[in-house]
Amino acid sequence: MDIDWANVFNWMSLLKCFVVGGLICIIGQILIDKTKLTPARILVIFVTTGAILGGLGIYQYVVDFAGAGATVPLTGFGYNLAKGAIEGVKDTGLIGAFTGGVKASAGGIAAAVFFGYLASLISKPKMKKQ
Amino acid sequence: MNPIETKQTYQEYVEKKSPNSPILKNCFNAFWVGGLICTIGQIIMNICKERGFDQNLSGTIVSIILIGLSAFLTGLNLFNKIGKFAGAGSLIPITGFANSIVSPAMEYKSEGYVMGVGGKMFTVAGPVLVFGISASIIVGIVYLIFNTQSMTLV
Repeated sequence: MDIDWANVFNWMSLLKCFVVGGLICIIGQILIDKTKLTPARILVIFVTTGAILGGLGIYQYVVDFAGAGATVPLTGFGYNLAKGAIEGVKDTGLIGAFTGGVKASAGGIAAAVFFGYLASLISKPKMKKQ
Repeated sequence: MNPIETKQTYQEYVEKKSPNSPILKNCFNAFWVGGLICTIGQIIMNICKERGFDQNLSGTIVSIILIGLSAFLTGLNLFNKIGKFAGAGSLIPITGFANSIVSPAMEYKSEGYVMGVGGKMFTVAGPVLVFGISASIIVGIVYLIFNTQSMTLV
């Protein structure tokens, strides 16, 4: 299939994506340096924040502006969960609130479990240098 | 060296001697590495769209590719080097989620393939999934309540 590379390398959209993605990472870096939060807690904060902002419809504007710059950070994972839950509610009511979120991000979760296990199997445990 | 007398002078002494965390440099590295990872995601997404996949499916493909790549980079001990340099730049994108699954699993490999690798995979990713999925269910329920009372939230 022919690919129009001018559309793939649309510099303006890539620049927006770079800047917004970088800014979200700076927020994380400031949290790491200025607070005593562990990385695990920071990841939880980002996912939950993304889900809440997604539910309020605010994060949609960021996604429309920056594309992958907003969906690749973990806030985008939360946004995806919340968006899926809302779409599920529109389709099937209360059951959709339970099925929609995981359905929307099933690919990412399944890939993380599968590739995570596979990569752990092929990894060599680090030898401690004496 | 003079003996340190009061608590305050001791505090000042400690602050002078303790290494100064270079927050500006950390933020700069986090910015460009994180931005670069997102840009790679955007390029993959654009290619998917050009090949005729819709928005949601393209996003899923981007997640799967980035998660797969960073999982194997972690397994080869390369991701830790990027992480040490970039800090949040590699932690906050979805690559950090994959890294947080693989690195504890590698560490506990000696405890066996079921409880060691299979169990410890979720020491960090577990809470992320618990809070993320719970928040999404609450969002769904709140949306349902507001929507049935004809007060649209979104």
